[in-house]
Amino acid sequence: MAGPLLDDLLRPLVPQVVGVLTRRFGDFAAAEDAVQEALLDAVAQWPAEGVPGNPRGWLVQVASRRMTERIRNEQARRRREERVTAQAPADRRTAPAADDELAADRDDTLTTLFLCCHPALTPASAIALTLRSVGGLTTAEIARAFLVPEATMAQRISRAKQRIRTSGLPFRPPLPGERAGRLASVLHVLYLVFNEGYAGSAGPDLQRVELAREAIRLTRTVHDLLPDEREVAGLLALMLLTDARRPARTARDGSPVPLAEQDRSLWDGAAVAEGVALITATLVHGAVGPYQLQAAIAALHDEAATAAETDWPQILALYGLLERMSSGNPMVSLNRAVAAAMAHGAETGLGMLGALEADARLAGHHRLHTARAHLLEMAGDRHAAVEEYRVAASRTTSIPERDHLTTRAARLAAMILEDPGDP
Amino acid sequence: MKYMVLMQFNAEAGFPAIGTWPVEDVTAHIAFMRETSEKLVAAGELVDAQGLAAPDQAKIVRAGEGGAPVVTDGPFPETKEFLVGYWIIDCEGPERAVEFAAYVSAAPGPGGRPLNMPIEVRQVMSAGPPEEL
Repeated sequence: MAGPLLDDLLRPLVPQVVGVLTRRFGDFAAAEDAVQEALLDAVAQWPAEGVPGNPRGWLVQVASRRMTERIRNEQARRRREERVTAQAPADRRTAPAADDELAADRDDTLTTLFLCCHPALTPASAIALTLRSVGGLTTAEIARAFLVPEATMAQRISRAKQRIRTSGLPFRPPLPGERAGRLASVLHVLYLVFNEGYAGSAGPDLQRVELAREAIRLTRTVHDLLPDEREVAGLLALMLLTDARRPARTARDGSPVPLAEQDRSLWDGAAVAEGVALITATLVHGAVGPYQLQAAIAALHDEAATAAETDWPQILALYGLLERMSSGNPMVSLNRAVAAAMAHGAETGLGMLGALEADARLAGHHRLHTARAHLLEMAGDRHAAVEEYRVAASRTTSIPERDHLTTRAARLAAMILEDPGDP
Repeated sequence: MKYMVLMQFNAEAGFPAIGTWPVEDVTAHIAFMRETSEKLVAAGELVDAQGLAAPDQAKIVRAGEGGAPVVTDGPFPETKEFLVGYWIIDCEGPERAVEFAAYVSAAPGPGGRPLNMPIEVRQVMSAGPPEEL
């Protein structure tokens, strides 16, 4: 949008300014549009005229002016149509005292985030709205990140705001009774943004916003605002520990490199250290949640100097806890079976996979076949492993993974031809 | 999730080619298709939509000697079924893609009756590596 420096300055201000305008005019959807327009003004003017002394105040002023113009135009239009303007007076409150301003900004950032991640919205629209209203990205940037046309993304955002309006969702922090559930929704949306950063990206593209980094930035903001929420810390640690492996998880030709084969010297040591410190400090408080457990597992992987030194018994124990907590999420059970194979041998893991096949959510899923292929190869049953790799390749929806699995099947099949004697 | 929704024309589908329909039926069909794309944009789901030129303008290309193109012109007498056009939609999940396919399957045909033509739904693969979390 405007170069990294201006971006760093502008984007954290966006949810704050949206908050101020929403409280002043009582209309989140319109406030959000006005702030986007003010942002474009800032990007056009600041590089030439210099950054104003009070950037936040400048944005509030410009966005308010846009908002007032909008209301005036709207009222004029209504008068022309000779309809009675029953526009309620703006929900204007007295401006907060200067020393309250910081607290209000912090609250506004959180309130905007809670609203954008409201469970009344579909995940796709919550993600888009969050990236715009809290992340301060433009519609064009979000569209590019998700590889859809800008008009489509604009509609998705506009529908999300429409839904907020028609559902009558208020701009206020969640009530105490709903707070835990609403925070879980926020964390889920941030988690999805992070995952999309992996699933959607095909190598470095300077024109595209890095969604995984953006998810980390937003989760860090939430962690700064809510330092005592341990699942927030857990999610931030999980993202840092996973993202740290990014330089090693893709080969030069774009094919994925499995964890066991990654060059660990390429991992981002600073991110690993930060993630490990964060999850260690969080876990001492007890009362763990799913994100903390996943972060603890990621930390055990990241702390192993070689794949062979991985503490699989500990990882297996953590997956056991996670399985009980995630009320039968079959993907967790699948990962636990793989950990059991690493800790106690392939046969143990294959036995656990066998029990999972009855689960309709997992039947035919490529990850079940991928796991079984690996464990069969580990157990020395090469013929069956080749078959499973082929099935897994035909089921995955990721092109690099399909290519990786196909290559793996072909390589193993060639080995069988060279040395047909099954062990 | 992205899906490609493919519209096939099948010579044995039980309705004549669109060029032989009464003009008002043709107009209604075209209007339906235009509105369909508009609805997808309004739903925030449209990635791309294209119609393809008639198969008698198609060419089949093979690499010949030294990689030089060897072109065979259509039409191909054996072709009973051909691709008419497609949509790529970005939607919440497979149920929505199937719902959309059923909607376009019922596009109005001769006499305004729904064509109920076969629509193929294919998931678009991602160019990125598998998710790791």
